Amino acid sequence: MSTVFELLAASLLVIGGLFAVIGSWGLLRLKDPMQRLHAPTKASTIGVGSALFASAFDLWQLEGRLTAQEILVALFLFVTAPLAALMMARVAMASLPHPPLPPSASGPDGPEPAPPADPATSAPR
Amino acid sequence: MILDYALDFAIGCFALGLLLNLWRLATAPTLIDRVLAVDTMAINVTALIVLYTAHSGAAFSFEAAILFAMTGFVSTVAFCKYLLRGNIIE
Repeated sequence: MSTVFELLAASLLVIGGLFAVIGSWGLLRLKDPMQRLHAPTKASTIGVGSALFASAFDLWQLEGRLTAQEILVALFLFVTAPLAALMMARVAMASLPHPPLPPSASGPDGPEPAPPADPATSAPR
Repeated sequence: MILDYALDFAIGCFALGLLLNLWRLATAPTLIDRVLAVDTMAINVTALIVLYTAHSGAAFSFEAAILFAMTGFVSTVAFCKYLLRGNIIE
């Protein structure tokens, strides 16, 4: 039984480490700020989540019961990572170069950014 | 024994991610890239706290992990809200 826990924790650690490196590498190498929002969310959910679950399994093997503290940290990160990404996406959308709209079209955060041109419905050039 | 190797590999991976985030923080084209790099650095440090706790055998550092995660999230949201609206608490 202890070898099953050990193998499970080891595989979770390897997967988590690889996702952390892939996420940080993607943050470095992607071209657009909106594209760069995708990479660290994977690193923070899957990377840290699997590291926390591996630590939980390791402690379960040592102490004989599942402690809730690591699961709590993982749940907190799962809940807050999309929120942080949403706020950063709003900042990135607000700083896109586009012509400003008239004041009647502005919401509580200032002028809404113009929607990107839909290639399916716009006329072919 | 295999868990020790996996733990060392994971600590090395998160440390490499931290260095890549530091590089992104230094050479960011826009402001939002720097905010994203700082947030990801906080996440990586949270993971390093948890992994160091598992490596050294102590069992009481998860308060530090959740405090760091909370501080990183709150600072990211506060800075983004300041960039959007001009003040944080209205």
